[in-house]
Formats: sequence, C-alpha cells, structure tokens
Amino acid sequence: MNTIVNFLFAAIKAGTPLLFGTTGEILTQKSGNMNLGVEGLMYMGAFGGFLIAYKTDNLLLSLLAAALFGALGSLIYSFLVVTLKANQNVTGLSLTIFGTGFATFFGEMLIEGGSPKLSANMTTILSEKPLPVLGNIPFFGKVLFSHNIIVYLALVIAVIVWAYMRFTRPGMKLKAVGENPAAADAMGINVDLTKYVHTLIGGAICGVGGAYISLINGNGIWNNGCINGQGWISVALVIFASWSSAKAILGSLIFGAFTVFQVRANDFASEFAFLSFLSKIPNAIYVMLPFVITALVLIISSMKEGRSEQPASCGTNYYREER
Amino acid sequence: MKKLIAMLLAAMMIFSFAACGDDADAGADFKVGVIHIGNPADGSGYSFAHDQGIVAMQKNLNLKDEQIIRKNMIDDTNAAATKTAIEECIEEGCNIIFGTSWGYMETMAQLAEQYPDVIFSHGTGYMSNDKNFNNYFGRIYQARYLAGIAAGLKTQTDKIGYVAAMDISNSEVTGGLDAFAMGVQAVNPDAKVYVKVTNTWFSVDLEGQAATALLDLGCDVIAQHCDTTAPQLAAEQAGVWGCGYNSDMTPDAPKAHLTAPIWNWGVYYTAATQAAMDGKWAEFGNYFGGMKEGFVDISPLSENCAEGTSAKIEEARQLIIGGQYDVFQGAYINDAGEVINKDILDNQGNVVIKAGEKLEDATITGGINWYFENVILQ
Repeated sequence: MNTIVNFLFAAIKAGTPLLFGTTGEILTQKSGNMNLGVEGLMYMGAFGGFLIAYKTDNLLLSLLAAALFGALGSLIYSFLVVTLKANQNVTGLSLTIFGTGFATFFGEMLIEGGSPKLSANMTTILSEKPLPVLGNIPFFGKVLFSHNIIVYLALVIAVIVWAYMRFTRPGMKLKAVGENPAAADAMGINVDLTKYVHTLIGGAICGVGGAYISLINGNGIWNNGCINGQGWISVALVIFASWSSAKAILGSLIFGAFTVFQVRANDFASEFAFLSFLSKIPNAIYVMLPFVITALVLIISSMKEGRSEQPASCGTNYYREER
Repeated sequence: MKKLIAMLLAAMMIFSFAACGDDADAGADFKVGVIHIGNPADGSGYSFAHDQGIVAMQKNLNLKDEQIIRKNMIDDTNAAATKTAIEECIEEGCNIIFGTSWGYMETMAQLAEQYPDVIFSHGTGYMSNDKNFNNYFGRIYQARYLAGIAAGLKTQTDKIGYVAAMDISNSEVTGGLDAFAMGVQAVNPDAKVYVKVTNTWFSVDLEGQAATALLDLGCDVIAQHCDTTAPQLAAEQAGVWGCGYNSDMTPDAPKAHLTAPIWNWGVYYTAATQAAMDGKWAEFGNYFGGMKEGFVDISPLSENCAEGTSAKIEEARQLIIGGQYDVFQGAYINDAGEVINKDILDNQGNVVIKAGEKLEDATITGGINWYFENVILQ
C-alpha cells in the first residue's frame, strides 16, 4: 500500500511544473499565439524565482519575480509576433534558446565559487507538510494533502484558467480572438491587446512553473540546465489535454507518474507478485514511455472525427489590412 | 623615424629568433591543454575536482597562468566540438592535452594519430596507443570501500540506498557499488544495499527522485555514483544521512553528509606533466593509481559519522595502502582487522572470486558485471 501512496505522491510532485507550463501555454495558444518557447520561459522564471528567493528569503516575492521574468520573456515574443508579425514558430524556438542561455549565463555568475543554497527558513516554507485535518485522512491525506504549498497554487491556477475561459466574458472574447481574429475584430474586440495580455499572463504562469523546478526539485541549490526538456513536454501536454486546463491536471499527473515510474517500477515488482514482470523490462523502455504516449495521443487525436480543439488561428498572425 | 622603426624591428627579430633557438629553459614555453565537460567555476562536482588537480599541478611545477589552456563546457557527446577544442589547444601550442571526460576518447585517439608530436592523455576511458596517447584512471573502489564502512556503521534501519548512474553492464559503476557494499558488510553483516539506476550521469531531477524512492523504502543512508548533489540534499531534507561522490559534499548537506570518495587528480596531472616536460613520456604509459599513491581517498569524516568510524576506516586504509587487502580479492577483513580468505559471492549465489584469488586490473576496469551478495536492485 505504501508503494502506491508514495508513487502517487511523487507523481503529483513531478507533474506540477508540467501543469504550470501546460496551463500557461493553453492560455497563450487560445489567443492564437503558438509559443514554442515554454522551455525558455521556464528557464527565465526558474532563474528569477531562485535569485529572489535566495536574496530576499520571501516566497511571495520569489514567485512574483518568477512570473515577472516569464512575462518579460513572453513580452519579447508578443512584440515580435503580434506587433512585428514575425513567424511564430521561429520566434518561439529562438525564445527557447534565449531563455536557456539567459538562465545559464546568469546562473554561472550566481554559482561562481560555490553553489548558493536557500536558507533554512525558506526550505521550511517549501517543505512538504500535511494540511491540518485533511492531512490525516488515510491514503488521500498523504497523496493529496501533504504537498508543498506551490502544488496547490498550480491546481488553483489551472482551475481559475479553466473557469475563466468557460464562464467569463473576457474568456469568451479570448477564444473568439483565437478562433477567428477577423470576426473578433469586427465585433469590436481589441485583437492585439487580447493577444498581448493573455500571452503575457501565460508566460508568467510558465515562469512560476520554472521556479517550482529550481526551488523544489533542486532541493535548495541552483543547477544550470534544471528545466531539462520539461517545457517541451508541457507543449506536448497542451495537445494531450486538448486545450483544457482542467484536463491538463490529469495529463500532467499521468506524465509525472511516467517520470517517477522509471525509478519505482521495481518497487511495484517486489511488492506485488503479479507485477514481478516489471523488473524484467529494460529501464530504457520506461524512459521512452512518456514520449511514446505523446506520439500515440497525437495519432489518436488526429484521427478523431469532428473538429480539433486547437484554436483555428493558432500559429498564424493576424493582419488587419488583409481582412 | 624610419631608422628607429627599422632598429626596433631588427631588435624584435633578434629576440624572436632567440626565443626559437633557446632550449635551455624548456619549461617556459611548455603548454598544457585541458578539456572540461563542465565549468570548473561551479565550485563543486566533476570538472571542479579535475581543475583543482590542474591548479595543484601548475603550482607544483611552477607554471605560469598562460601555460595552461582550458576549454570549458565541451559537450563530450559532440565529436565536432571536441575536435575543435582540441585543435584550438594544438594551435595555441599545447604540448600535452588532458581530456577529462569519457566521451572525448575516440576523438583523442584519432587526433593522436594526426598529431604525433602532441601528447594526448585521456581520463576514465580504456584506449591508448603506446606512443603519444595514454589513459588515466584510478582505484576509486578502494575509497568506496571505506565510504561503505561509514555507511554500514551509521545505518539504523539496516537499509542503505545507492543511486547508480548506470546499470550492471557498466563495470565502473557496478564495481564501485560492489566495493561499497563489501565495506558495508565488513562492519554490518545485516545491512542491505538497495540500488536504483538513473541511466544518466547528470540529472538533478532523476537523481533526486531515485533518492526519494530509496528513502520511501526505508533507507537511512543514501550513497551515490552520479554527479549532482541532489541525493545528498534529499537525504538531508528527510533527516537522514548520505555519502556523496567526486568532491566533499559536507558543505552542501552539512546535516546529512558522512564522507565522500574523492579524487586527487593533481597527483596524476603533476606526474604526467613532469614526465612530458622531462622528455620521459615514452616510459610513462597508462596510469591506474590508488590510495597508496594518494590519487584516491575519502573526504574528511564529518561529525555525522557514527562513533568508532574513524578507527575502523583507518584500519582498512592501512591494509589497503600496505597491499594486504585490495577489495576485489577472495577475502574479507574481520572484526580483529585480519584479512581472512573467503569466496566472494554475487547476489545470485554464484562464486565470483575464489578464496585467495585476486581480480586483474583489466577485469576491474571492464569486467565487473555482478552485484555483491548484499545488493538488491530496486
């Protein structure tokens, strides 16, 4: 039983940065911007969040800084794509390279002469502790209610983004811009402003996801190269979640589960006799699984009848003059 | 004015001829190249440890800063980048080039043929050409045995976790793990060593997750053969203990760290550079130094270690340095500190080293593909 509890707990912990990245990218893509630079945004947020946490010892300021760095990264993107009408894919890819270099360059300066370590106070704030009452429930208390505080923040943001797009007027307008910017423009919606605002907020959410990685996964020490492809998995998860941040909660949990499964498969094999075959499977298969699943989902979703959930204008820029 | 310039030019030419012809001070134009996979400025870890060795060599041999040429952050999976970095060193006049990472091996082997006047020295691999290309590595398993003693004496749950970068087919990792497990068993026959493999040398996420999974199994000492401090930090957060690797990780995890197997690369870099400078490279050959040469050791025991650790480790250290015991032999050290012959078994019950026999160096570097009897792969 403990094996399952610990596995699910670790899966949620590993899935949380993906949830941030996916939620941010969903918001961005809904405005018609295909931002492939999530990896870069997460790097910028990871660095900003860690730096401020290290210097000020204040979690709130740290998360705000991470959001600000993420928003700055997507401001570059928005300016190039929305105002200057640059190619979205190329801009996103260069943002990835820029963000990675940005974090590594300043990260090198940060660790010059010994890695900086977060204070004991900060580590306590970020530590995993059971919530009062809820944390005592058997099974679910450990799996759901014993996490570090940023895990809950990810859930809250994902639910808010979902509700925003489903129930609010600005959310409807956002979707209109993503589906058909010309029609939205004719309705009197400010297309460029809508794109700017949501791409920036999306970038900010990605930035917080980066901070989760540098603050939690790094165990209090800054590491260059910490994001290590998780931004890319987030982009894939957007399709997996069919552009719904509520489904992204499930998607990121599944992907988190696959990442931790590779170091835990043998625990299952030795705990449950009927799973003993798991220890015979080469580790490389487990490493491969998340990507195989992504490929399968892409195939299945492309075969699905009816329209795709992808915003129709996503990936193309809007030229008002060509209306 | 023209005359003045002409005179200056003439003077310069005289001096430059002098620089070419004068061999009396051979050390002055000798240059050493170093190819690092990471950034030595990181302050801990693999490249830092190597660069400390280079710094020690520079000091021992009184070389000037401009005689050392460093190429940092050279990806060892990128053969083109490796080749460029090495050729830059050659163009800048390096006489000997040290490649510190496994992946540089084949590029260095090729370039050694192409540039017979330059000495190529490659660490951690197995290739060499008996002329201008050698290989250097060390008996780190001796240090791992000592770290195993510290872990075996510390554990209360009798479960020790080990984060291994590579699986059983990698002799370096598997041999190191076996030596560690033998050290554990020598002082604590009840303890088991639980292993998780990450399949990567450097991943903060995976190493942390593997350590957490081991902690979930009830392990209370986390040892590692991988490059980041993540396993030690995870152990510290869980309030238990650990043994690091490569550099002393006590400053990183002061409440958890016991001791770490470490390299004194400076011992080799000094000896090799000296031989190259003195023109004695031909007889230098490959290098496989151990604790006796001071090439490998463990970092100073931290105050987290159990009582009596220091005495037990010192006893084994003397036997290893004295040559009575070398870990991979059919024997063990008993409580009284005597070396007793005994068959060594793997965890399937097979005899892998017969009592009284010793493994050859070639087997130690390339042929240990079994787990010692108290090891459990998880």
